[in-house]
Amino acid sequence: MYKYDHYDSKIVNQRVDQYEDQLNRYFNKELTDEEFRPLRLQNGLYIQRHAPMLRVAIPYGLLSSNQLRTLADIADEFDRGYGHFSTRQNIQYNWPKLEDTPKILRKLADAEMHAIQTSGNCIRNITTDPYAGVTPDEIVDTRYIAEILRQWSTFHPEFALLPRKFKISISGSRHDRALVKTHDIGLELVKEQDNLFVNVFVGGGLGRTPVIGQLLKEKLPIEHLLSYCESIIRVYNLYGRRDNMYKARIKILVKALGVESFKKHVENDWNDGENSSNHLNDKEINRVKQFFTSPNYETVESIDLEDQFREDHNFLHWIKRNTREHIKNGYRSVTISLKGKKQTAPGDIQSSEMRVVADLADQYSFGEIRSTHEQNLVLADVEEKDLYDVYSVLCENNLGEANIGLITDIICCPGGDFCSLANAKSIPIAKSIDNLFDNYDFLFDIGTISLNISGCMNACGHHHVGNIGILGVDKDGSEWYQITLGGQQGVNASLGKVIGPSFSADEVPTVIKEILNVYVAQRDSEEELFIDCYNRIGLDPFKEAIYKN
Amino acid sequence: MDTQLIKNKELVLNDWFWVVPDTSNEEVKKQAGKLVQFKLTGEDFPSDATLNTVILPEVEKVIVPLRLYLLKTDEIKKKYKEYGIWIYSHDELDLFNHLKEDINNFPVVGVYVEKFADGRIYSLGNLIRRKLSYKNDLRALGDVFKDQLFYLARSGFDSFLIKEGYDAKKALLGLEDFSYSYQGTLNQSPLWSER
Repeated sequence: MYKYDHYDSKIVNQRVDQYEDQLNRYFNKELTDEEFRPLRLQNGLYIQRHAPMLRVAIPYGLLSSNQLRTLADIADEFDRGYGHFSTRQNIQYNWPKLEDTPKILRKLADAEMHAIQTSGNCIRNITTDPYAGVTPDEIVDTRYIAEILRQWSTFHPEFALLPRKFKISISGSRHDRALVKTHDIGLELVKEQDNLFVNVFVGGGLGRTPVIGQLLKEKLPIEHLLSYCESIIRVYNLYGRRDNMYKARIKILVKALGVESFKKHVENDWNDGENSSNHLNDKEINRVKQFFTSPNYETVESIDLEDQFREDHNFLHWIKRNTREHIKNGYRSVTISLKGKKQTAPGDIQSSEMRVVADLADQYSFGEIRSTHEQNLVLADVEEKDLYDVYSVLCENNLGEANIGLITDIICCPGGDFCSLANAKSIPIAKSIDNLFDNYDFLFDIGTISLNISGCMNACGHHHVGNIGILGVDKDGSEWYQITLGGQQGVNASLGKVIGPSFSADEVPTVIKEILNVYVAQRDSEEELFIDCYNRIGLDPFKEAIYKN
Repeated sequence: MDTQLIKNKELVLNDWFWVVPDTSNEEVKKQAGKLVQFKLTGEDFPSDATLNTVILPEVEKVIVPLRLYLLKTDEIKKKYKEYGIWIYSHDELDLFNHLKEDINNFPVVGVYVEKFADGRIYSLGNLIRRKLSYKNDLRALGDVFKDQLFYLARSGFDSFLIKEGYDAKKALLGLEDFSYSYQGTLNQSPLWSER
């Protein structure tokens, strides 16, 4: 993975100095609340219901074991012994003290980490496929391009105060696991005769106006990536709405102008990237690329786990759900579920659990961990012969839940329990749905399905792209939940449709059960996934079953 | 020295009179045709009527709004020893096309930002340097204090009129916030060229 040199370290340390000075000036009343707000946000610091919330960047979801240990230490020393993985592959602490934040940032800097641009109206953490570099359907490893984008977007002088937040995602596989079509800029890497190109999508997004991104530029040569993104964001910076924060995302601008007209503005500014000082060259691409070479894999044969562990159904279930194919024979990638019955909220992890995962990474997976936008963790390179040991350690530490891609692998924002934006609580809803599935057979029988919960229309829980989406809404001061069906991420990304009037918190589990009953009754075989069945039969059968009572 | 002006990385005496029209009576309209619909003010702001009420001060050097300059070019040329122009952050770059002279005839061009959080000023700096090839003093005006300076300097600005009530001496240090920057700018190569 990427290692800091003295330049990176200096930049990150000077950022802590800068922030400390800003905080002191705020305490000394030299900066008003209004002035300090964007400054602290650009360092990931929110003022929430109970305390400040600090969001720490995990660039494109990649962490070393020592970095995870640092995160555990911070949780113990400055928080309440846990952290929360977000849908942007970052980690959040809900209980730090404002005056402690410089110390936390100092500690992060020592571990080559930071909280830069994890919030605020600027370019946020670049996200990508958590299985980059190890997934068999990969065309291009996205990690080094993501690192190049991370550096370019860090303190970009023009884009510190955009109309609204700006999210970039990058995918290099046949299956898009990075949600490129629901990002402000979505980048799809393609290869032709060893030359790298980028398909640039723009104006996608979730939030209160969900939009699928449109193709803006096809096959942009990689050397123009930065200058082209600059022109897109420059046009947005100048013309994006600033009078109404709910209409300020780039998707609104692209929609209003039309993608062709938007493109004209972009290309007029870009001018074929001529004279751009950020024109990438092979030397830089290769310099960054060499940080992401394959680890020293053993040459081993694949093991027939199914045969070897015939008797151990739980393990085999876990293998089926929580591990996936690897480019290298005899290896698999392990996804550790943070959605078990013992977790207080989806994505939450105790400091002791972080240390367990860090140790496992050191022992079995070349010391690296990845976080996923589904709020789980990944050990990307585990030898098949070690899988049982890994599984056993995970089970001993309540991390062995075999539910990846199942309905209890819920994506969920912190919601009204913590977030001051939320209309409704989301964690108790996730828990109430989780409690429906004490019977694992039913859970496995339903198979792959996504259920996403957001506590408000800002859509941090990505409810629009959940096969089942749940959105907290406020009706006359009380909490209600609107349900959508048919959302999907990936190459065929689609947005869910609202099923009808919203429900109370108590009704939600019953409604979910009813939806699943319709699916089980209507599917043409056990192989037909929920989303395929939905696409075949449509919304009506679900609607009828739910509202008949 | 009692001054709020930073230029070429030092505090300097400000002998430029910055002419700011009084817009307190103007209604701020949102939305209007074509691209301008995404501006805070769709229609000309301030209006020509407001600009016409501006009384030109009895000083030697002024910086006046570009649209005021266009309305009263002859008077301004005659009255002042030196004059510069400034634009609002919501103004279009096209506004400069109305100038009959080369933009480089102006010793100072300013961009005014009403609110600190308005980041258009940075892109306007880039465009004024890159698209209009402006070579002289590009000045940030308005809600400008320490925390913007590093970015502004990298977006093409070389002077900064620090907001009244804010310590300009402290603000000066903002220019040194970082020793290195990753990305290239108009006048700086990206960090990778050093690596």
